[in-house]
Amino acid sequence: MKNNRLLLWGIVILAILAAIIDLPKSFRLNFTLGPLHIDRIVYGPQIDWKIGSFEVKKDITPRYGLDLSGGTHLILEADMKDIATQDKNNAYDAAKNIIERRINLYGLTEPVIQQSKIGDSYRIIVELAGVQNINQAIDLIGKTAQLDFREEGTVSAQPMAATESALLSILSMKKTGLTGKNLQRAQVRFNPSTGKPEVGLEFDGEGAKLFERVTSKNVGKPLGIFLDDQILSYPPPIVQSTISGGLAVISGNYSTDYAKRLSIALNSGALPVPLRVLEQRNIGATLGIQSIQKSIIAGSIGLTIVAIFMVVNYGFLGLIADIALLIYSLVTYALFKLIPVTLTLAGIAGFILSIGMAVDANILIFERMKEEMRWGKDRLTALSFGFDRAFPSIRDSNVSSLITCSILYWFGTGSVRGFAITLAIGIMISLFSAITVTRTLLRFIYR
Amino acid sequence: MTDIIGKKWIFFLLSGLIIIPGIISFVLWGVRLGIDFSGGTLLEIRVQSQSTKDAISEIKKTAESQKIEIGSIQTTGNQTYLLRLKQIDRNQNKKMQDELTKTVGSVTELRFETVGPTVGKETGINAGKAVIIASLAIVVFISLAFRQIPKPYSSVKFGICAVAALIHDILVIVGLFSLFGHYFKVEIDSLFITALLTIMGFSVHDTIVVFDRIRENLSKMPGVNFSQVVNESIIQTLARSLSTSLTVLFTLFALFIFGGETIRWFIIALLIGITSGTYSSIFNAAPLLVLWEEWGKKNTNA
Repeated sequence: MKNNRLLLWGIVILAILAAIIDLPKSFRLNFTLGPLHIDRIVYGPQIDWKIGSFEVKKDITPRYGLDLSGGTHLILEADMKDIATQDKNNAYDAAKNIIERRINLYGLTEPVIQQSKIGDSYRIIVELAGVQNINQAIDLIGKTAQLDFREEGTVSAQPMAATESALLSILSMKKTGLTGKNLQRAQVRFNPSTGKPEVGLEFDGEGAKLFERVTSKNVGKPLGIFLDDQILSYPPPIVQSTISGGLAVISGNYSTDYAKRLSIALNSGALPVPLRVLEQRNIGATLGIQSIQKSIIAGSIGLTIVAIFMVVNYGFLGLIADIALLIYSLVTYALFKLIPVTLTLAGIAGFILSIGMAVDANILIFERMKEEMRWGKDRLTALSFGFDRAFPSIRDSNVSSLITCSILYWFGTGSVRGFAITLAIGIMISLFSAITVTRTLLRFIYR
Repeated sequence: MTDIIGKKWIFFLLSGLIIIPGIISFVLWGVRLGIDFSGGTLLEIRVQSQSTKDAISEIKKTAESQKIEIGSIQTTGNQTYLLRLKQIDRNQNKKMQDELTKTVGSVTELRFETVGPTVGKETGINAGKAVIIASLAIVVFISLAFRQIPKPYSSVKFGICAVAALIHDILVIVGLFSLFGHYFKVEIDSLFITALLTIMGFSVHDTIVVFDRIRENLSKMPGVNFSQVVNESIIQTLARSLSTSLTVLFTLFALFIFGGETIRWFIIALLIGITSGTYSSIFNAAPLLVLWEEWGKKNTNA
């Protein structure tokens, strides 16, 4: 009996803790009850404690998947056809790191970047939440960004039309050997006289020497700056004089954002392999917010209907089951926040579904209890018989659900995984709530 | 006492009535594959133009001028349209939207999803694998869980009958969605496969409760005829099976009515599946077991 008391208090404390964790970050409490008038903003808990040198900090705002927070999901494939087999993994890792650096430099928060090799396909999965200019971001990520400088090649002696000769002269430009590898740093600057954005280049020692040689050789002639075999500033600037400081400027009619992206691409280094977009999903944020609100309403209504049903069917026992169900919901949601589990719309549906399934164990036990009492046992014995006899059914049937959840997790991505995780966690917690919580409450009441 | 086993042929007939139109539809029209499996592009946009007819014709014109193939255009809300296209990349997407702005006013992109054909095929293969592996896992699991069933009954038979009930549910839902695909243009996406696997899990969940009671009663009523034991077990577990399904259906109904737009068909699939799962556990799995045992007995006696 004493153990039961202890367990009961444990459950009460757990429920209260869960309820506190479940509170949203801040909400407005505004109501009038007779003479009592309350209108204030209540803040949810924040885990940020320091005990001496021991610090615990955890963000417990719920994490939302892309379909709820809005954002983009990308699957990129690296084209490995020019890479030797032994270098493939290095190139793969380098590509991932460069992408990561570019995304971080561009200022995108909390990106998810994962490698995923399927058969021969070297893929990189990128998820960006809440990005405004998604097309620019994808351009930045996928750009190979190989920089090289070319000088005037041999020009044909034949006379041609002005445009043709201009084009041909660009095509015939020779590589100088000065490439992005010699780049120390690229920076966005603003032209002191025009105020327009430009990209300033700073070469390393070897690059500076090479640049000096190239410029001295080509004074009065055009110097082409090419990015991924495409000329960056057209027409190519004419070299005014020998430049020995290892500093250069790329200018054109650039927007600030373009200059920023160009400098990021150059700074992060060229991608060792070209990337191709296999799959892209952009989800707008508005759909997500509405969906969350709707899910909360649906969940509450579902919970209420089930609660009423249990009371109607099982009377007082049903009420106890409802309390266990409420505790179940609180604890499960708190767990989602703590772990944290990324909630997708399907995931929230899985949670609500598990609320319906959570009562199942209770129903099994209660039906069993009814039967035992019909066969002549008293309440307390029926209670323990009910729990014991029903347990194998409960265990076996829930294990089968968990098996399908794990298969769902292995097979699925994104939304599907979200559903599998929330359902699996829901099932496991519901086992606890139905058996332990209900049993403890009932033992306490039947004394 | 209600005789369910005796009437088993009625229930098999009922199942047949639901499954056969579905199978015919599947053979005739197949299922409508969403871009998750077939590859392609989904573009949902909200335009400023008030007239639906104008908007749709402008969209068609613009797509044609951009050489973009439109599969279908659906109105999904006020001035909101869902386009299904053959795969386009984001540059084509941007160009089309820019062109469209000239004729229908501001274009807001709500959703843009494009899936390449290789990824689509992989998803399809994975889905098939998942369903097969789940079925096998369940047979194995039940065979193990029920291994102490008294002889001469075999636990493997229990496992296979449970999976047969499962296949019944899969046929029901795939058949119905083939019909929905033909008449309501509903597509199969990876969420549908999720619903399918969930239904499989739940159907077995249900079947196990009935089988568990059969197991218990077999040891409690040793001399009694098998079909009578099964019948008795079904009746004893009826209240519980119906109650459990009802609670799950309640929560699903709440989601259906109040939940988000994008998962509506997912919820419908779950609703149909759970109903079918409960039905198959009670009226198909157990009677099938009886049938098998009786055939077996007939053969050994002959």
